[in-house]
Amino acid sequence: MSEFLPMIVAKYNYWLYIVLMMIGLYAMISKNNLIKKLVGMNIFQTSIILFYVSIGYKTNATIPIIENAHGGGHSAQELVIHAADYINPLPHVLMLTAIVVSVATFGVALALAVKIYQRYQTLEEDEIRMRLTEE
Amino acid sequence: MHWQIDLIILTFTIFCALAAITVKDLLSTAILFGAYSFMMCLLWAVMGAVDVAFTEASVGAGVSTVFFVAAVFRTGRRTKD
Amino acid sequence: MRFIALIIVFLCGGLLLYATADFPAWGDPNSPANSYLSPHFIEKSIEETGVPNLVTSVLADYRGFDTMFETAVVFCAGLACFLLLRNYDRKEENFYRHLPTGVIIQFKKGDKTLPVGKEFEHMDTEWVPYDLIIKTACRILIPFIQLYALYVVAHGDFSPGGGFQGGVIFGSSLILYAIAYNLRTLVQRIKEKMLGLFSAVGVLIYAGIGLICMILGGNFLDYGKLTQILPFDPGHIRAYGMLGVEIGVGITVMAVMVVIYVNIVSEGKHDEGL
Repeated sequence: MSEFLPMIVAKYNYWLYIVLMMIGLYAMISKNNLIKKLVGMNIFQTSIILFYVSIGYKTNATIPIIENAHGGGHSAQELVIHAADYINPLPHVLMLTAIVVSVATFGVALALAVKIYQRYQTLEEDEIRMRLTEE
Repeated sequence: MHWQIDLIILTFTIFCALAAITVKDLLSTAILFGAYSFMMCLLWAVMGAVDVAFTEASVGAGVSTVFFVAAVFRTGRRTKD
Repeated sequence: MRFIALIIVFLCGGLLLYATADFPAWGDPNSPANSYLSPHFIEKSIEETGVPNLVTSVLADYRGFDTMFETAVVFCAGLACFLLLRNYDRKEENFYRHLPTGVIIQFKKGDKTLPVGKEFEHMDTEWVPYDLIIKTACRILIPFIQLYALYVVAHGDFSPGGGFQGGVIFGSSLILYAIAYNLRTLVQRIKEKMLGLFSAVGVLIYAGIGLICMILGGNFLDYGKLTQILPFDPGHIRAYGMLGVEIGVGITVMAVMVVIYVNIVSEGKHDEGL
């Protein structure tokens, strides 16, 4: 048991991110309302982005903006930069694109939901299925 | 980075997510979803991802909530589950 | 259905939790994600590109292709919203209010319209009271929000920010204008044609800079070749190429945010809104 404790302390963050992912997945599968399904999709997306960004964290490192570099081009060449001093910027870049794509998808999905409401006057999935089979 | 801040903000995030999918009024879902986005932004700021936090604050807690409220305005507000 | 969903969720969650035993410890500087390419980006970025913000330099220079297609995705989303919802039908009944007397006139057929100005005004289907405080406060705030958005785009090389964040802030200032006043005021000020043009011009600027670099003899989006037409020194030319590209991204994102909002809130008719 005593060897599990450092492992739990080092990784409890990942477990909470997985809990958040599963909340989003449950909402997507089991809710009836279309907009609740959309909320579940967005929770799933942002929790995956959170997990990904947390991979790039380094202890005792600072944000990925190089200090003392703004102030003329000539003095910047004497800087010695160690990679362990700065947080890894690569996951941040990829996840910036993911956030942009997620908001674009959300806008189009809401437009689809408004269009469905105009046609069937409801947003509950079982009622839509009933009205589809009646036609 | 202190683990206490991390744990408290993560607990709030999980509560906001659970509440956002459970309430039956869609306008409350929109506001709770905005609060969830804001908690995410705080988590990333605490982790040192400042660009990602800036983007999530402007997109999630700003424009995305406005789109959601606009869609709820044009469709019904009450839901059965 | 809920029982099946719970089983699936617990199964997936259990598998993922079992997989976390293999993960590196949290905050490890030697984990595989921090080892292969990112030390090169961190150490060489400022001498190759001259930009202190590592995220912007990787986003717009080392991984410029991804950002170009991301801008194209945002443009496609605006286009999809427009195509799904836009409705050019005339409304069937129109309400007008005569301002000096307060009389309300209703036209049933929709063929006749009154000129709106000092004497007559439109009335929306849901009547909202005139609110002086909100209109005055928003009128004062909106120019400052737009100035801040331009600052975020221009200062993206040295502080957190960049093209995308500045574009979203600019777009939300225009949405604030629509919410505080009237959707019609925004649509008359900024016509739909201009918004469509802006959203396409941003992607064109991005791809155009890449094509110019290719014409001047380098690879696509190789900013080093721009020294032949721009009068800046070769140590900083990549920073200026990045600035041009970020401006393109900002313009597209601003236009697409406004297009999506206007189409969702008015169901495509562009007459009444929140």
